[in-house]
Amino acid sequence: MAQNKVTTLQAINTALHEAMAQDDSILVFGEDVADPEEGGVNGATRGLSTEFGESRVRSTPISEQAIIGAAIGSAMAGMRPVAEIMLMNFSTVAMDMIVNHAAKLRYMSGGQTAVPLTIRVTTGAGFGTAGQHSDYLEAWFAHTAGLKVVTGSTPAETAGLLKACIFDDDPCIFIENLPAYWQKGEAPEPGQTIPLGKARIAREGSDVTVVTYGPQVAVAEAAAEQLAEEKITVEVVDLRTIQPWDRDTVLNAVAKTGRAVVSHEAVRAFGVGAEISSVIHEELFDQLRAPVQRVGAPSTAVPYSKALESAFVPDADKVVAAIRKTLK
Amino acid sequence: MPRKEIGLESTIDYLSILDTKGKPDKDLEPRIGKELLLDMHRAMVRARRFDEHQLRWQRQGRLGTFAPVIGQEASQIGTVAVLDDQDWMVPAYRQSAAALWRGTPLAGLLLYNAGYNEGGEIPEGQNDLPIAIPVASQIPHAVGIGYALKQEGSGHLAMTYFGDGATSEGDFHEAMNFAGVFNTPTIFVCENNQYAISVPREKQTRAGTLAQKAIAYGIPGIQVDGNDILAVYSAASEAAERARKGDGPTLIECVTYRMAVHTTADDPGKYRTQKEEEQWQKKDPIERFRKYLTARKLLNKKKIESLEEELEKEVKSAWDEAEQRMAELDRHPEVMFDHLYGEMPAYLGTQRKAMTDEDDDANG
Repeated sequence: MAQNKVTTLQAINTALHEAMAQDDSILVFGEDVADPEEGGVNGATRGLSTEFGESRVRSTPISEQAIIGAAIGSAMAGMRPVAEIMLMNFSTVAMDMIVNHAAKLRYMSGGQTAVPLTIRVTTGAGFGTAGQHSDYLEAWFAHTAGLKVVTGSTPAETAGLLKACIFDDDPCIFIENLPAYWQKGEAPEPGQTIPLGKARIAREGSDVTVVTYGPQVAVAEAAAEQLAEEKITVEVVDLRTIQPWDRDTVLNAVAKTGRAVVSHEAVRAFGVGAEISSVIHEELFDQLRAPVQRVGAPSTAVPYSKALESAFVPDADKVVAAIRKTLK
Repeated sequence: MPRKEIGLESTIDYLSILDTKGKPDKDLEPRIGKELLLDMHRAMVRARRFDEHQLRWQRQGRLGTFAPVIGQEASQIGTVAVLDDQDWMVPAYRQSAAALWRGTPLAGLLLYNAGYNEGGEIPEGQNDLPIAIPVASQIPHAVGIGYALKQEGSGHLAMTYFGDGATSEGDFHEAMNFAGVFNTPTIFVCENNQYAISVPREKQTRAGTLAQKAIAYGIPGIQVDGNDILAVYSAASEAAERARKGDGPTLIECVTYRMAVHTTADDPGKYRTQKEEEQWQKKDPIERFRKYLTARKLLNKKKIESLEEELEKEVKSAWDEAEQRMAELDRHPEVMFDHLYGEMPAYLGTQRKAMTDEDDDANG
């Protein structure tokens, strides 16, 4: 039993150490990632270059296209690169590499080439880093066939999923939440990986099902806690893999309660929730007791000021309100 | 505080060995075996005849849009010929001559240009990447491949191709900078064919040469007469030797000319003069090389004729093969779901099945 509490950052760092020790073909590329340059701006890669050498853990020039481009090239030549793009917003600079190359090379080569690449990105409101530092772009990536999009909701989940991405043969966008970096949870079991494409039931309930991922899992759990006082029990499904998402687990969980809320921090309009909500309606229309509700951020950039930023991020009250709507 | 000139150590050479009459500069003439010389000649002619046929088939609606190599055969064959099987070739979208040299079958290129991904399949054991359409996007890949080869300590290298226009893209600069900093075994071959679609080279950059861009990244650069296969081969051999020894990347600018269209979707008559085209015609890389080979008694009229006949047959039979394959593929639109992921996710299986069922219904 893991007794120690660790932060998400420590869990990520441990996962990277474990993976690199296990497989020599794993390389780490990114800005500031090697130890002479502080082992990552948040310290996620700290210690790796000291342990595995600077030929495997490389601080790069500030060139997102080349970071992803070179990682793609090395992946096709037999390596298993983990590229760090410091902030999810900066992945936009490398979109050609991600969308036109990483996602499509297997397809366009008729299955001859694989791109076993993990792109670690950080994002998330909470620190007043504003619209060019804390956007949630998972729907863009989920919309692109050929990519996998993955995010964890606790330190142990994050570590297990990150390792699964690293050892997966397809390109994975691994989303890390900045405020969650310093949140603590149970330490991951050594050697544990969590299979991609499998959701987990984070909390069992029988009245309403909340489908969510990443930092919103804790928010949904808090909402469930509030409603438990009223004898309303809420099932919380943590997607873990946003694309390809686990339809069976989600549809079973919704069929059980007949009510669903889909929640994420990303902008609600055209978001991941829209797809999940649609599929629930398509597949379970007869069994639904109320229309599926969606919770997400308003249609604007992530604001800078603390007050506005707090109003932007969906909190437990918003999730509770959405749940109540399904109960009317 | 002084203001003084910073002496830059780097210079850029220009290299040309064959004159337009095919006469070599004896001091610079590389030692290339007879067999390789004839192979290179054959590969240049093969690529050109293939494109001439493809252009006709495209005009007849049998092929889609493609980018012919005509005029750039020396730039491609002279460089790709220095690679061994374990080296990597990373093309843009006009490297049919290089791809054919590496072993890509004619029928594959035809299939691809007719719109079938399957045609892009690279024969087993041939270390090439599929063609890259977004301009310059393949250049960072070659740096990453070089990095992996270096990591494996293999002594092999990656060679990538791009045009003059690509040197204005960020990918080019980021990749050159990476390669310099990481000292990767990468050869950057810039085929300066004078036009980026319709924009002439002098409107692409104010720099006097494209090769000099290497200086800023601390790597060697050389400009060569790209229609002179001996010059191209010499420059590429030097670069390959450097890469194999662990001395890092090189930028080679091949000054050449796109004798045909950019792609089958444009009309060069709108942005080039006939006079200019005629001047470059005189520098035709195949003609020049033939004069050289003829003077060395390696080639004669009879040998050329029999080669032309053989190639004509080969190209036509490739078309038959490609056509047969197209008919087979047309029957299975559901293959569009294949090869997106290592393992097909369930939802894709559902979509694939739905398309198969629809198709079965449609076919009664």
